[in-house]
Order: sequence, then structure tokens, then C-alpha cells
Amino acid sequence: MGKADQQRVRELEQIAKELRIAVLKMVYSAGSGHIGGSLSAADIVTALYFDKMRIKPEEPDWDDRDRFILSKGHAGPILYAALARRGYFPMEELSTLRKLGSRLSGHPACFKTPGVDMTSGSLGHGLSVGLGMRLAGRVKGKDYRVFVLLGDGEIQEGQVWEAAMAAAHFKVDNLVAVVDYNRVQLDGTVEEVMEVAPLADKWRSFGWQVLNMNGHNMADILPTLDEAIDRSKEGPVVVIADTVKGKGVSFMEGKSAWHGRCPTEEEYRQALAELEGQGGEVV
Amino acid sequence: MKKMIAQREAYGEALLDLGKANPNVVVLDADVSNSTRTVYFAEQFPGRFFNFGIAEQNMMAAAAGMAKCGLIPFVNTFSFLATYRAADQLRTSIVYPKANVKIAATYGGLSDSFDGPTHQSIADLAWVRALPDLTVVVPADAVEVRKALPVLAEVNGPVWLRLSRNPSPVVYGDDFEFTLGKAAVLREGTDVTLMSCGTVLERVLEAAARLVQDGVNPRVVSISTLKPIDKEAILAAARETGAIVTVEEHNIVGGLGAAVSEVVADQHPCPVKRVGIPDTFADTGPYDELLDRFGLAVDDIVQAAKAALALKKANGR
Repeated sequence: MGKADQQRVRELEQIAKELRIAVLKMVYSAGSGHIGGSLSAADIVTALYFDKMRIKPEEPDWDDRDRFILSKGHAGPILYAALARRGYFPMEELSTLRKLGSRLSGHPACFKTPGVDMTSGSLGHGLSVGLGMRLAGRVKGKDYRVFVLLGDGEIQEGQVWEAAMAAAHFKVDNLVAVVDYNRVQLDGTVEEVMEVAPLADKWRSFGWQVLNMNGHNMADILPTLDEAIDRSKEGPVVVIADTVKGKGVSFMEGKSAWHGRCPTEEEYRQALAELEGQGGEVV
Repeated sequence: MKKMIAQREAYGEALLDLGKANPNVVVLDADVSNSTRTVYFAEQFPGRFFNFGIAEQNMMAAAAGMAKCGLIPFVNTFSFLATYRAADQLRTSIVYPKANVKIAATYGGLSDSFDGPTHQSIADLAWVRALPDLTVVVPADAVEVRKALPVLAEVNGPVWLRLSRNPSPVVYGDDFEFTLGKAAVLREGTDVTLMSCGTVLERVLEAAARLVQDGVNPRVVSISTLKPIDKEAILAAARETGAIVTVEEHNIVGGLGAAVSEVVADQHPCPVKRVGIPDTFADTGPYDELLDRFGLAVDDIVQAAKAALALKKANGR
């Protein structure tokens, strides 16, 4: 990795850190929200919105833009944080999350929030939507890329596999799915609740190209996404991202309790201190 | 005997015309393209036709993605699948995000008669009618299907269109014009209003003729846009005729009868009798016999009209 690349990695790590802090503040201020899955997706979302995606925040509806679908819609806070930081709407608006009349709904809504390409929240829809977007690209002769972020628990939904089958069948190009493989869902670990392993074999057998990456190592994320984008010209690609639920806050990491819980004031202070790098001792 | 044309046949032909007129029209089907008649479009425009196999949920959400990228997808499958198998996809990915998707829900009502209650669709209207901002259209015959399709393609938002499988009487002439949201008055009358949606209209007209023989002067109104419903036509019927009979190839719960009752109860109460499938699953058998057996015989309509008239009289009108 060259010096310029190392510099880029450090910049993106800094942005991811800011987004994590924004997520924590948003959820704390809202009094509810899905913090664990937002933190696990933070580095992936950062890499996409601040490095890989061809977008124009000043023109959210630009026809030729790359699309991002947060199929695991409960991680809305990380998407909102990225969109605000990228300039789609003011950062101050993040504190309106989940409030009545806010543009930042409990789950992303494309008609409310600038930059949200598709409404999500009911799990299992996003890959189908992304597939449709790429089929539209084929009909219209456009080569925008579509990125779909899936939860690992989410892929228990049968519709995901209908979409996987169809994407390979239609040989869609420029479609990249990323599985946020944090191994924890609402009721417990994915292994306990409904095992989804072996992930790579499942996707491969459905006709997808499979890549793996450490979803918290920017130096791994960037080249892997480049490879995924490149390979997606030949057909659909899934990137299985090894992640940690609640990544960045020691007492949230790997805990299903933090799927959808709001921190107490004390927990908030400690989490903030850890994320800001001023504390970080493990409780 | 009136000319008989199946709505799905008229739809398949009109869809092909739309495809010729508008390059943004794409068609999705779920392994029933011969039944839905989208096969005509598929043969002419293979690049704009997508067979999703037996996977309706994926098809519906993919249509939403296509619509979000500027296409006008027409999604095709049997009504019970479009409505219930893919209910969440319809709600969350199409209707709530206002995706410009047209859902052609064929084999509505009892029209898939021999396949039985698994394939019949008698509660679809109750569900789609309850979705905010979804346009719901139930045409009365093949002509109305043909006339409605270009209009529906122009609606910028989700539309749910119910079609019948079987040949049904052609009621309208070629000069008929479809106006979205507007009821069609087929017969003026002052004693009672017979209001229907869908292909049962011919039976309603027969019932009206019998009522006339019995000295009753019925109004006949076809409400093909179930949502947004033509409140003016309903309130005019309530005011001017004082009694209403609704007729639909649907459970008497939740469909046209409910929609009309809601409007009347809110703004101008009057007797409303609901003719339809009496809150039961139907059976396997010949289509016309099923209609006769399950609440939609011409006599059922006549009797309901007389009961409504009696109620009106008892109420002192």
C-alpha cells in the first residue's frame, strides 16, 4: 500500500469514527434505535459513501448515480450519519432521528430523506430492489452500480434467496451485495437462532462470486470493494464482511442486547469516551 | 346474447400496445405468462419482459427497484399471490415508497373456478383498499380494461388492477371513455341504486331489468375505481334514491360494500344491502354456477334491492 493509500485509509478511519459518534448521539437523543448493527456497518458504509460510490450530494436524484440500499434498514442511523456528513442534509438534523415530523424516520424512507435511494425496514426486500434497479439499468443502457447491504440475520428471509437466484439467472452486472456478518441478531447469536453458515458456499451455489473481507479494516475494505466492483461486470458479487456487532464500544461488542437498546446516561458517557478515544477501558 | 371477451385477453393486447407506445413500460411475470396473457408482450419485447419464476415476493420488490430507476413496471400474477403472498412487498416496497408500479392481479374473484378456493381471490379488495394512496381499479368488462390501461400507465404511483380470467359479457361500446375515480351510470333511476364493481355488472343489469318489470325504477352504477372512490356518485345515490345495493365478486366483508357503507355512514346514512360471497370460501365448479351458488345470482340482487326498498320505506322515505 502506497503512502497516498495509507493517507486515504487514515482519513476514512477518521470519518468512520465520526459517524460512530454521530450514531451514538442520535440514538441516545432519540431514546431508541438500533445501535449495534449501525456500528457493525460503520466502516463499510463509510468506504462506500466516501470513497467508492459515484454520487452527487447536491443532486440526490441524479439519474446516473450509484445506488445504495440499506436492506438491513434498522441500521438507519449509520446511513443518516453518512448522508449528513456527505452533505445531503445538515448534520444538526441528525438529532431529530425518530422524532415526530422529522425527515429521519425510524427506518429509512426514500420520500422523506434526501439521499435515501430506497425505503427499507421490512427485512429481505433490498436485494430484490437492487436487482430491479440493475435490470432497469440494462433496459435503459446505464451502468450505475447498485450496492446492497444485508444483515446476516436478514438472509434467513427466503426472499433474499429468490433474489440471489434471479440475479444470477438474469446475469445482472454492477450489483454488489455486502453481508454484514456480525453473527448476532435480536434474539441471540445467529448460530443459536437460525444458522446461516456456510455463507460463501450458499452464495456460490446460487451463482454468485464471493469475496471476503474484514469489515472493520479499511485497508482491507477498500481493495476488496474495488475487486467486487470490477468483478461485478461479469455478474453479481457478494462480499462477506466479518464484523462485530456494536463495534467500537467495548460493552456493546458481540451483544444481542445492543441490537435495539438505547444506552443509559452512564453507558452513553462511557461509549462516547471510548469512541472519542479518550477512555476505552473495558468494563 | 352479448359478446363475451375475457378481461385478461383484452389486457394482454392492451399491454402490447402500451409497450409499443412507451419504451419505459416493462413487464414482469411469475411463470404464468400464458395465463396472464403477458406472453404477447414477451414475444414482441423480450428485452423488456422478465420472467421471475415462481417467486412473487422477489418480483414485486424488483419491480419497485425498476420503478425507482424510471421504468413503468407492470407486474403480473394471480390476484391471491399479488395480494397475499407478496403482501409485505406490496406494502413496504411499492405502496409506501410510492413506487410507480402497476400490479395486474388476474384471476380475481371466483374466475379461476375449477381450481378452487386456493386459487380464487375473494378477499383481495379488502386488503388493497386498506393501503393508503394505492389506486385500486376493478374494470367491468374487456372494453374498460382496454380503455383504462393507457390511463393507468399515466398515473404516477402504484396502481392495483383486478382482472377476471373468464370470458365475460361486453357491456360497454367502443365509445366508452374510462375516467379514473369516476363511477359510470348505466341506468338512471330513483327508487334504489345498484352499485357494482367488476364483471358482475351484467348480472346487475339483468337484475335491474327484472326490477323494472316489478315496477321498481333502479339506478345502476359501476364503480370501477374502488380507490379513490367516487364519493359524489355514492352520495348522489344516497340522496336521490335513498337505498343502495352493492354487488361484488368478493367477500361481503371489506370490499365494495364496505367502501360504499363507509361513505354513506359518514355523510348521508341510508339502507345499504351488500351482495357478494357470504363470508365463506367457495367451491370448485363451473364459473356461472359458482356465482349463482355463492351469493351472486341475479335473484340475490333482486331480493337485496327489495329488502333495501323495504328498509327505506320502514325508515319513512
